[in-house]
Amino acid sequence: MTTATIAGKDLGVDNEGFMQQPDQWDRSVADAMAADLGMRLTERHWMVIDYLRNSYLESGRAPTIRTLGKQSGVSVKELYQLFPKGPAKLAARLAGIPKPHGCI
Amino acid sequence: MTVADAPVFDSVIDPTGDVREKTIEKVSIIVSKGSLDGVYPGLIMANGARMEGIEANLFFTFFGMDAIHKKRSDHLKVATVGNPGLHIPTWLGGIPGMSGFATGQMKKKIEELDMPPVPEFLELITDSGGKLFACKATVDMFGLTKDDFVPQVEDVITVGDFYAMAAGGQIIFT
Repeated sequence: MTTATIAGKDLGVDNEGFMQQPDQWDRSVADAMAADLGMRLTERHWMVIDYLRNSYLESGRAPTIRTLGKQSGVSVKELYQLFPKGPAKLAARLAGIPKPHGCI
Repeated sequence: MTVADAPVFDSVIDPTGDVREKTIEKVSIIVSKGSLDGVYPGLIMANGARMEGIEANLFFTFFGMDAIHKKRSDHLKVATVGNPGLHIPTWLGGIPGMSGFATGQMKKKIEELDMPPVPEFLELITDSGGKLFACKATVDMFGLTKDDFVPQVEDVITVGDFYAMAAGGQIIFT
């Protein structure tokens, strides 16, 4: 684990940039991470990020992309438009939760 | 270090000292079996590829075509005879209803993992940008047309078309 400085905070991240302590996160962290990637977070992005984060904090695990598409209010098609190249992982990183481990 | 600086494992230096690309950019997966357990590996790999930002094509041939057939897609079964992986004797597997029972059990387990049934899975894969194709040779052999397939199927293509489409990427046979 290494430390990254994001949004003026020193955060523990793994070697792919996933936060290791979810409680260190706040929305400015997500904004800073997104800015680093050249992304601007819209309300639709936040719907996904909020759902992912709440789901993780409730159950201890990130939801599958199937559930994400059904329950977040954002369809799978739109998920791939909002978060190109892998919405489940990218949105999880922005939501400050550990990297999802699952085959779906 | 910012997120943008995080190590990206895109390239490796091979023994000759050359730097080469390590990530896979595209996979073309052939689905040739028509059982429930024969179809899922290909679907999981295609969806998994899309989740990693990898381009994915699925090519259904022979009995794999049942997975994209409107009338059969939701009715794939687990073989209980001649299926050594199940570890049950032939006489037991051959009892009427055993295949139905084993299929039901497997579907239950699949759902428990939040993995969708085949028709929904095909939708998920295509909504994620994956593409589905039917093998022309098999279509001709079984006397089918594109209308027999679920709407997510892009086209009926030949093996040559498949190779052209797969060029530059990885081919996975299931």
